[in-house]
Amino acid sequence: MSRTGKRLALAMAAGAAAELAGLGLIGSAAWLITRAAEQPPLAALSVAIVGVRAFATTKGVFRYGERLAGHDVALRAQATTREELYRALVPAGPLNQRGADLLSRMVDDTDAVQDLLVRGLLPAVAALVTGLAAVTLGLFLLPAAALVLLAGLLVAGVALPSGVAAITRRRSARIAPARAELAARVADLLHGSADLAAYGATDRALAACEEADARLAVLERGQARVNAVAACLGVLAQGLTVVGVVLVAQTSGAGTVATAVLALTSLVSFEPVLPMAAAAERMTGVSAALRRLREVRATPPAVTEPERPERVPGGPLTVEVENLVVRHSPGRPPALNGVSLTLTPGRRVAIVGPSGAGKSTLLAALMRLVEPESGTIRLHPLASGSDSDGPPHRAKAREAGSDGTSHHADARGAGNREPGVDLREVSPDEARRVMTGLTQDPYVFQASFRDNLRLAGPEAGEEEMAEAVRRARLETWVERTGWDTPLGEDGRTVSGGQLQRLALARALLNDPPVLLLDEPAEALDEETADALMADLLDATRGRTTLLVTHRLRGLEEVDEIVVLENGVVVQRGTHDELVEVPGYYRDLWRSEALVSRR
Amino acid sequence: MHKDLLRLARSERAVRRHLALCLAAAVLAGLLVLVQAELLAGVLSGRFAVAALLPLALVVGARGVLGLVQGMAAGRTTTAVKSVLRHRLLSRLRDLGPARPTSHRSGELVTLTGRGLDALDPYLNGYLPSVAVAGVVPIAVLVRLLTADLASAVIVLVTLPLIPVFGALVGMHTKAVTERQWRALSRLGGHFLDVVRGLPTLRAFGRARYQADVIRRVADEHRAATMRTLRVAFLSSLVLELAASLSLALVAVPIGLRLLGGTLDLSTALLVLLLAPEAYLPLRNMGTRFHAAMEGVAAADQAFAVLDAEGEPAPRPAAHGNASSVSPDGPERRAPEIRLENVTVRYPGRREAALEDVSLVIAPGERVALVGESGAGKSTLLHLLLGFLTPEHGRVLVDGAHLAAGAWRPAFVPQRPHLFAVSVADNIRLGSPGATPEEVRAAARAAHADGFVAELPEGYDTVLGERGANLSAGQRQRVALARAFCLPGADALLLDEPTARLDGRSEAAIVAATRDLAEGRTAVIVAHRPAMIDLADRVIRIADGRIVSDRRIPRNPPDDRDLSTSGTSSGRDLPQAGAISGRPDSETSPDRRIAYTGTAPDRPTGGTPGAGRDMSDADAPDISDISPDGFDDSVSTAQGGESR
Repeated sequence: MSRTGKRLALAMAAGAAAELAGLGLIGSAAWLITRAAEQPPLAALSVAIVGVRAFATTKGVFRYGERLAGHDVALRAQATTREELYRALVPAGPLNQRGADLLSRMVDDTDAVQDLLVRGLLPAVAALVTGLAAVTLGLFLLPAAALVLLAGLLVAGVALPSGVAAITRRRSARIAPARAELAARVADLLHGSADLAAYGATDRALAACEEADARLAVLERGQARVNAVAACLGVLAQGLTVVGVVLVAQTSGAGTVATAVLALTSLVSFEPVLPMAAAAERMTGVSAALRRLREVRATPPAVTEPERPERVPGGPLTVEVENLVVRHSPGRPPALNGVSLTLTPGRRVAIVGPSGAGKSTLLAALMRLVEPESGTIRLHPLASGSDSDGPPHRAKAREAGSDGTSHHADARGAGNREPGVDLREVSPDEARRVMTGLTQDPYVFQASFRDNLRLAGPEAGEEEMAEAVRRARLETWVERTGWDTPLGEDGRTVSGGQLQRLALARALLNDPPVLLLDEPAEALDEETADALMADLLDATRGRTTLLVTHRLRGLEEVDEIVVLENGVVVQRGTHDELVEVPGYYRDLWRSEALVSRR
Repeated sequence: MHKDLLRLARSERAVRRHLALCLAAAVLAGLLVLVQAELLAGVLSGRFAVAALLPLALVVGARGVLGLVQGMAAGRTTTAVKSVLRHRLLSRLRDLGPARPTSHRSGELVTLTGRGLDALDPYLNGYLPSVAVAGVVPIAVLVRLLTADLASAVIVLVTLPLIPVFGALVGMHTKAVTERQWRALSRLGGHFLDVVRGLPTLRAFGRARYQADVIRRVADEHRAATMRTLRVAFLSSLVLELAASLSLALVAVPIGLRLLGGTLDLSTALLVLLLAPEAYLPLRNMGTRFHAAMEGVAAADQAFAVLDAEGEPAPRPAAHGNASSVSPDGPERRAPEIRLENVTVRYPGRREAALEDVSLVIAPGERVALVGESGAGKSTLLHLLLGFLTPEHGRVLVDGAHLAAGAWRPAFVPQRPHLFAVSVADNIRLGSPGATPEEVRAAARAAHADGFVAELPEGYDTVLGERGANLSAGQRQRVALARAFCLPGADALLLDEPTARLDGRSEAAIVAATRDLAEGRTAVIVAHRPAMIDLADRVIRIADGRIVSDRRIPRNPPDDRDLSTSGTSSGRDLPQAGAISGRPDSETSPDRRIAYTGTAPDRPTGGTPGAGRDMSDADAPDISDISPDGFDDSVSTAQGGESR
């Protein structure tokens, strides 16, 4: 049995023991008092006196033990759930990224396991054990009364909770959309306030909010009514059972002692059972959360891992994209529709085009975050064809940190007529080892600057980190804020420009054979964007680089510019060539030049 | 009770009545337990006949009914309180207007107004009744015990205060530690969320799998630390539990001995045994509900903080008459004159003015392009004209009338229009809810939006937003333009051109639609692109909240389609017109100018460049047809200053 299992058993035992002690306390007290009224010798009461004192003391101690063990189990279970969820999320999911809101709800859902244990399972076990003990005691004293008790307990502990659960499940299917509707109306009112005010529609939107609120209130009052009825029926079940037990005992001629013990243990045995109806209501929410988590875990990854993954040989790589077609979901127009591209070692290629043209999809395909519908991406260890006219390869040896690959490369590298490796035969992790860099929406973790940078190169020394920071022109900022200052939500805020520079430093530190840069100047003001692009073009000189951008300034420096529109390459060439011919590139170039102040 | 909530409960009749009913039912049910104990003790001791079970059953029934009443009244109380708070929060936000301070973070407000207020439920329907019961029932029990058996009453009287006293002592001792621990717990949740959010970054650098072990390790370390504190923190509940059960033992054993001695009758003894736990129970119930209730208090604090926050209500923007669904063919409108007199606008908490001493007269029917860097004050000027902002100094006059009073009906196209989670048609008829489907379609056609709307799954009835279809940025912009077209009575156009690049088809469509929309209206356009600037007959450059140049371009020949050529010539011939109030733009570098003129001769003779692009409107002006000198004032001012 796992540690968690043992703790869970311990918590259940302690919880049941606490309830049993409570039952024992009232039972022995009732026996003590009614027996004493018969005025037996004092010795006859001594066991009961000891019992009363013992039960009174141990009840609290058991309860304490239950709470400790229960919380320990809950924390363990939550940690396991989170780890499992995380492991399920590690392989990239479908590209339409989950929103921040959905992510936090998913994280909230992991609390459901905690609730299931502490508020569901543990009390249910305690209630079951207590009920069984009371019924067993009754069987010894007066079987007929025990049957009455059993019936009452079944009503309060089984019928009521399952009824409440069934009704709540049905109702929550209506409450959830009503809540979502209210949230949507409120969001409209807040986010669309300018549009509403300008068109004189604010009051109408406010009225829509209140209508949604009124509809939700009706449903919530209905749920409150269900709970109230359940509470009422619980009280009736408890009280009438006690009345029934006493009636049966009195009519069957049981003595005062037996009647009192039966009546009072019956009364107390309902105490852990009555909350079960409310717990059942809560558990419907818990089970919905658990179902959502199961769905997340069951979502297949967007990219299938090859059964026998190929390694990508070390050394400079040529990337050859041929007729690539990527469709995000069947039935929708393809995001990339037959794109071809060659990136030889040391060359820099820029991808430009309007938003939604497929630029980021191309990078996602290279990083093996999406599976292409057709077409190939091949990686050649050296420039295909003759290697004499290739641009100078970067001096830095790639063998460091990949011993296996260097061997691999030696075995094949002699002929230089390699067909290359099809990216489909490469594991996603391996693909991202060779092709990665500055990705869309870089993230600042709630950690020190050092850790935020180091994640891109865990083995990097201080020297290399400082170098990456220097090349990303981040050193003044780092010196001012410090390497170990916490960043992120609670820590120091990071401006858009600093964030992009941090992402650039990560990419440079990681130093992949093929560097990908996705919109490095996204969301920056013009001045910052210009400075960053200039530094970036400086830092990537001589590196095999694929740069996705919507700004053209500085692209004179890159070797080739590919213009994508609607998933198709519409223009390609150098800056000087493209500004000579009419088309998207020249339009954009002129408009950028005109609007800019400089 | 939370003092703001109390004030709310007092002032709202529905809340007051339901809350009072809920509390009364709870207290009454608590008191009925005393009657129940009395009857049960009587029957068990043989003092009452078996027939007394009938009144006992009736008491049980009454308790059940009271429970029902309490639950339903509680439901009504919580929904009423939440509705009132929601209403007040939303009204408050409406009064603050679109230019409300950014400190009210929208996301948080949406959560607070929605799910956030649900935290009030356990406070209102659980904690408050338990407090009421705890205030009445223990005292009633004590009074009954005093009349029944003095000795037992004394034991209860002495031990009862131990519960709050010990609870407070342990609580004080562990409060800081516990709070720190709960904060750490939420930080742990934060860490997990952090890692999940940053997963794409981790994946990019091959660190995703490694992080799974970190998650495990952090959680384990955290659990060990939490359990160490909980061992102390749970002592308070141990003390509560022990005080309650030990005092029962303390009461029961002496009673047994006195019964043995014959100094007490069984009926009283059983009553004491049944009543004694009822003195402690309400206090324990209150304790267990306390924690959940505190979340409700936090939610209430947050809500009242928003309600009480400083902030001057914005002027209500002049509302459009709902009857503005005049037929699109014959709108009766007359373009107004807009006059700004020494206007200064300052956002709260800012030292620098967003607009400083701006004076400006825009003639009826004039089309003004506002240009300048982001943050210069262009959008502020637009918001001022919309009435979202009140100037600190100066005044804004429309046709000589004060803005707030005037019958000012501008059509507004914001930079990032918000599309509502309703149908496309309802989005378009935002300003004129009475518009017929034909009018909506006509507006969409005018905005070049009918093409893509027709391709949506349910056409104009397609619901947009999170759960509906998603539109591209360019399509959203065209829906916003359709909104403006659907307001035929609007006599002015205020438009904020998007800075983000849109797809080529949308860009051309937006320029063409804007030109049509500006026809016959006074138009103020925040422009970023040459094609858009070229629509204007006056270009105003704003920098740091001031007008730095203001240049009129003579009306183009009647046919706008020849705009390309006329734009070029007018720009070349009339450079000095730009230097009305602007300073020469010294930053303009000469080589930049060469770049412009260098590319100008290559200009194609017409048609649509970019073979792959499908222009929805062949007449759409194309930026490559336009010489930059024609509309960029900074260039022409430099030209005027240097070469002439």
